[in-house]
Amino acid sequence: MRKRVVAALAVLTAAALGGKALADPPFDPKDPKMAPYIAGDKRSGYTFAEPETRAMQDDDFTNPGFLWVEEGKKLWGKADGAAGKSCKDCHGDAEKTMKGVGAVYPRFDPHVNGVLLLEQKINQCRTERMQAAEWKWDSKPLNAMTTFVKHQSHGMPVAVQTDGPVAPYFDMGRRLYNERRGLNDVACKHCHEDYWGQHLRTELLSQGMPNGFPQYRLKWQTLGTAQKRIRGCNEEIRAEPYPWGSIENVALELYATWRANGLKVESPAVRK
Amino acid sequence: MRSSTIRTALAAVLATGVAAAAADAAPRKVMPDREYYGVSRMAPLTDKAGDPVNGKVVVRTKGLCLSCHTAPIPEEPDHGDVAPDLAGVGSRLQPPELRMRIADPKVVFPDTIMPSFLKKQGLNRVAAAWEGQTILTPQEIEDVVAYLSTLK
Ligand code: HEC
Ligand code: HEC
Repeated sequence: MRKRVVAALAVLTAAALGGKALADPPFDPKDPKMAPYIAGDKRSGYTFAEPETRAMQDDDFTNPGFLWVEEGKKLWGKADGAAGKSCKDCHGDAEKTMKGVGAVYPRFDPHVNGVLLLEQKINQCRTERMQAAEWKWDSKPLNAMTTFVKHQSHGMPVAVQTDGPVAPYFDMGRRLYNERRGLNDVACKHCHEDYWGQHLRTELLSQGMPNGFPQYRLKWQTLGTAQKRIRGCNEEIRAEPYPWGSIENVALELYATWRANGLKVESPAVRK
Repeated sequence: MRSSTIRTALAAVLATGVAAAAADAAPRKVMPDREYYGVSRMAPLTDKAGDPVNGKVVVRTKGLCLSCHTAPIPEEPDHGDVAPDLAGVGSRLQPPELRMRIADPKVVFPDTIMPSFLKKQGLNRVAAAWEGQTILTPQEIEDVVAYLSTLK
């Protein structure tokens, strides 16, 4: 309600300023080209992106994220660790066996009796089954493998589970999503639920949907994960970010990913 | 980290997760020091009169007000549009009302996205570099109030 009042005010303001309003990327919900990026009221970050950024994502040759997909593909077949095994030795052809996997993470894992990110599951395979060293957070091989595996679900709807043993994580994620933090004293929901579609200076706020991660971000000049983005959002509001893979950052990613349930996996997406 | 460690760590963490979720209803934050919302909130925060010239500088720079608000400051491009236009705010609101809306707007709008510019207690997980600080000083707030009062 309040949002609508402010939105109305903003429109009036824009009108009063006579064309001073920023030109937003074109978005027509009825455009059939946009259909894959909408699910009910949910809109992928793609629909908020500039046409050039969308074009970059659309073409596998210009999308820089595919460098990570290619790298992951190489690593998939490469033996590593004391067990002398590769991912392929256990899982075979990733195009078949990994299809749909990325769409359901973060996910409950019976081996650890807890919720794991895809990155953590990959490292579990490395330590447990390959007897190899863990890949470090945000390292090239971990990001490459995560992107490669996630890409096998490209076009499939995000479908994370939130019930049963996941429920306590989900509740924690919801609390953290709605809890004020940092010197700016705001919550995720303020930017991504209350004011999406409006601007912080030149920054057009999206619904904060993580369906494109790992994604290539022009501002980063590299590819990064949802964990990195969530830490970045916390830093922007002058909050102490939660550590990589911590229960809090996992719960936040779980909740944010649940919000995107039904949107299609776009990994590797390209964003501003 | 070996996976057995992951397992124990996660089990422990899950237990705290459950406990934390269950404790949701309990108040998590210390209540802020409400002194400046008392009767004295009507009074200026400092003895020195606000300087509207510096107030405008604070609005454009340190206050980051234009992240969210449009304002009659055409020399600065790309105002945000999350918040109401500050043009004419000096006719709509008196200095004490302006002061309160900047020092801690949550008193007036509990669910607002606007930061509380004079709050340092009762905040949650403030980045180490900012711990114990306020975004603006009392004098800067007085300057901003003086500037906004000129926007008739
Ligand atoms: C002060 C505003 C603000 C807050 C608070 C905020 N974000 Fe963001 N967020 C942004 C901006 C700006 C972007 C980049 C543009 C966009 O996609 O909205 C962004 C992007 C994102 C994205 C990427 C969306 C995409 O399509 O690539 C995710 C996911 C996200 N935020 C999650 C969160 C989470 C989780 C929190 C809380 C920990 C949070 N944000 C808090 C401003 C904010
Ligand atoms: C992150 C966003 C944000 C920032 C930064 C921000 N504001 Fe606000 N402000 C708002 C919103 C939103 C409202 C409207 C109340 C609401 O709906 O929450 C508001 C309301 C106000 C009002 C009352 C306006 C009226 O007409 O009733 C004043 C005055 C004000 N802000 C001044 C400032 C000043 C001065 C600064 C900088 C020092 C500032 N704001 C920074 C978001 C912001």
